[in-house]
Amino acid sequence: MPLDPSFIGRSYPPTPAYEVGREKIREFADAVGDASPAYRDADAAKALGHPDVIAPPTFPFLITYRAAAQVVEDPELGLDFTRVVHGDQRFVYTRPVRAGDRLSVTVTIDAIKSLAGNDILTVRGEVHESGGDHVVTSFMTLVARAAAGE
Amino acid sequence: MATSIDYDEIEVGSELPAQSFPIDRAALVRYAGASGDFNPIHWNERFAREVGLPDVIAHGMFTMAEAARVVTDWLGDPGAVVDYGVRFTRPVVVPDDGTGALVEVTAKVGAKLDGRRVRVDLTAVSGDQKVLGMARAVVQLA
Repeated sequence: MPLDPSFIGRSYPPTPAYEVGREKIREFADAVGDASPAYRDADAAKALGHPDVIAPPTFPFLITYRAAAQVVEDPELGLDFTRVVHGDQRFVYTRPVRAGDRLSVTVTIDAIKSLAGNDILTVRGEVHESGGDHVVTSFMTLVARAAAGE
Repeated sequence: MATSIDYDEIEVGSELPAQSFPIDRAALVRYAGASGDFNPIHWNERFAREVGLPDVIAHGMFTMAEAARVVTDWLGDPGAVVDYGVRFTRPVVVPDDGTGALVEVTAKVGAKLDGRRVRVDLTAVSGDQKVLGMARAVVQLA
C-alpha cells in the first residue's frame, strides 16, 4: 500500500527541549575524528565569534532524527520502518548549534511521493532554541523500499 | 562567524585540500554510541546480510560528517557553513578485515554567490564508487 498523500503538510507537536552539553559535543567530534578546537575549547570558539563551543555541522541530526520518530512511528501513516533507508539529508543553518542550547524540533511532512513502488517521504525538522530563535532546519528524505511481491 | 578565507581571492574551480578517511568497525561502533543510531546494519554482519546487504555498512551520517571536514578544516571556523546537503547514493561497505573502508573526499568551489558566500561541491568515493551525490555546502567567507 502506498503512503497516503493526504499526510503531506502534517505537523507534529514540538519535541521536549534537548539540552546540548559540552561533553556530548566533544564525544561526537571525537567519534567523527574531528580535532577542531571550536568543538572543545570555549576560548577558541570565542575567538571565532561564538559565545561557547559549537557543534559539528551534522550534530543536529542527533536531535532531528529522534524527532522524526514521530513520523516513522505514526500508526496512522503506517510506514514500515524495516524497509526504510535514508535517501538524503540537508541542513540549513541560521547559526551553529552550541553548548547550552535547549533545542526543540517541530517536524512536518513536506512531501510524499511514490516512485517505482518505493515511497519517498520528505521530513522537515525546524530546530528552535528555547527562546524561540531559529537555529537550523533539517530536511531528511526517507525511502521505503517496496516490499517483495508488491 | 569568522573564517580567514577571503571571498575575493576564491575562484570558481578552486580546489580545497582533499582528505581520506579510513573507517573501520571500531569507528562505526563509536559513532553509533555518540549519535544514538544503533541500527544493527552498522555493526552486526549477520543482520546486515539478512537484510540483503553485502556486509556491515557505515552510517550515511558518518560519511556526511567526514566529508564536511574537508570544508570545515579549510574554513577554520565550522560555524561558517550555512547550508550542507548530500544524497546517499551507495553504501560504504566496511569489512571486518583489519583494514575496513577508505572514503576519499575532494571538493572544489562550484559557484560564487551573493553575500560573500560560495558553494562548495564535494565528491566522496569509496572503493572506486561515488558514495555521495549532490554533496554541496554553502559557506560564508570573509
